[in-house]
Amino acid sequence: MLWNKKDLLGLEYLTPEEITLILDTAESFKEVSTREIKKVPALRGKTAVNLFYEPSTRTRVSFEVAAKRLSADVINIATETSSVRKGETLIDTGKNIQALKADIIIMRHNYSGAANILARALDISVVNAGDGWHEHPTQALLDMFTLKEKLGRIQGLNVAIVGDIAHSRVARSNIWGLTKLGAHVTLCAPQMLLPPGIEMTGAKTSTNIDEVLQSVDAVNVLRMQFERDEFTAFPSQLEYFKKFGITEERLSRAKKDIIVMHPGPINRGIEMSSGVADGVNSVILDQVTNGIAVRMAVLFLVSQAKEGKR
Amino acid sequence: MKEKAKILDQEGVNRAIMRIAHEIIEKNKGGAGLCIVGIRNRGVYIAQRIAACIKQIEGIEVATGALDITLYRDDLALATGQPLVRKTEIDFDINDQNLVLVDDVLYTGRTIRAALDALIDFGRPKSIQLAVLVDRGHRELPIRADFVGKNIPTSKKETVEVRLKESDGSDEVLIAEKE
Repeated sequence: MLWNKKDLLGLEYLTPEEITLILDTAESFKEVSTREIKKVPALRGKTAVNLFYEPSTRTRVSFEVAAKRLSADVINIATETSSVRKGETLIDTGKNIQALKADIIIMRHNYSGAANILARALDISVVNAGDGWHEHPTQALLDMFTLKEKLGRIQGLNVAIVGDIAHSRVARSNIWGLTKLGAHVTLCAPQMLLPPGIEMTGAKTSTNIDEVLQSVDAVNVLRMQFERDEFTAFPSQLEYFKKFGITEERLSRAKKDIIVMHPGPINRGIEMSSGVADGVNSVILDQVTNGIAVRMAVLFLVSQAKEGKR
Repeated sequence: MKEKAKILDQEGVNRAIMRIAHEIIEKNKGGAGLCIVGIRNRGVYIAQRIAACIKQIEGIEVATGALDITLYRDDLALATGQPLVRKTEIDFDINDQNLVLVDDVLYTGRTIRAALDALIDFGRPKSIQLAVLVDRGHRELPIRADFVGKNIPTSKKETVEVRLKESDGSDEVLIAEKE
């Protein structure tokens, strides 16, 4: 199995074999972070640029740590303090970064499809760190890696994704990745946050969290983005917690060893209770640790593929 | 690939590994403070067999690990195919140990160079010694083995194939020629 894509744009565009290769490679990389000297020379002399059009701490830091553990040099560009403010277009910004002889651009953008546009315009690698409501492939990959690590497989698992499905790139990437590897996905949210037609992806939908929790092996709880108040159809926070919040009481009726995931940052008392977030079923901090291994694998693979082609 | 000659059969491989185990014990005056690390893939199996032999001879368990050198290769940036990254498993402290590094074939020495770099990232062993089942010559770096199962003079057109039960179903060493 060879990797021949210079970019990682979304899990929609990958074959099950390619997804499996990333997860297997990540397994090998996980060990690097347990060493006393947490660094390997694989990307020595390469430059990775974090280009973030949206505020992000955990994803940016995770990519930065991953790149540094591979010995790449990392440059962070926050667009609020860059020429983007002066009206530079995305493609011009990308071409300038390419002209600096950078090797990989890791981009977060508020518009869906931005990473695809940039990747087509450039010869260097583009890794999508989240674009609009479209995809957040490395988050879904680290979720899947964590599932596989904890439950031994992905094929045949029943996984619930709970929360704001409509506006979530994390949900979309997870649906693509999980269904491609043979898991059964159930989306659970208030009706207004379930986009019409989402069943075409192969996922089931439900508005009853208690029913869903009874049968699933894992539940991935999305962050409610109440700060995006343009969505007037949002329920109140308290109402949401009552109807969909993951509580110890609700979990007591689920499978005993159910896995609880969250991409962070958690709104305690809205998506889940503190007891659940810190409880025995929670793997939230494992997800953070695994994110580094997964991102190392992605950065390594895209840079290898690029070498092969030119 | 055309098979030219069988250099070692199953007994030959076993004898060579047993002799290497004896030599390791002799050189290190027993098995105390010793650990063995095999280079993936076949070096790992040979390392485990050496450890089993040492246990048979001295009655002690020697810590054994596996090293994947992909990320330390000097041709990673060249367009020479795509290596698969596999797991490194060294679950013990190598500081102040006499570490025996094990590989199946010693050729250019570049794999060993990469392995030495990788090992230094895990700590500072008291010494690193090198054991190989086959030394076929043609070194490109100043590296030599401390323990050799079999010296096989070869031409660069030839390849040495080490087959082991664990990975290939049988134990033998062959010389083949590229066609």
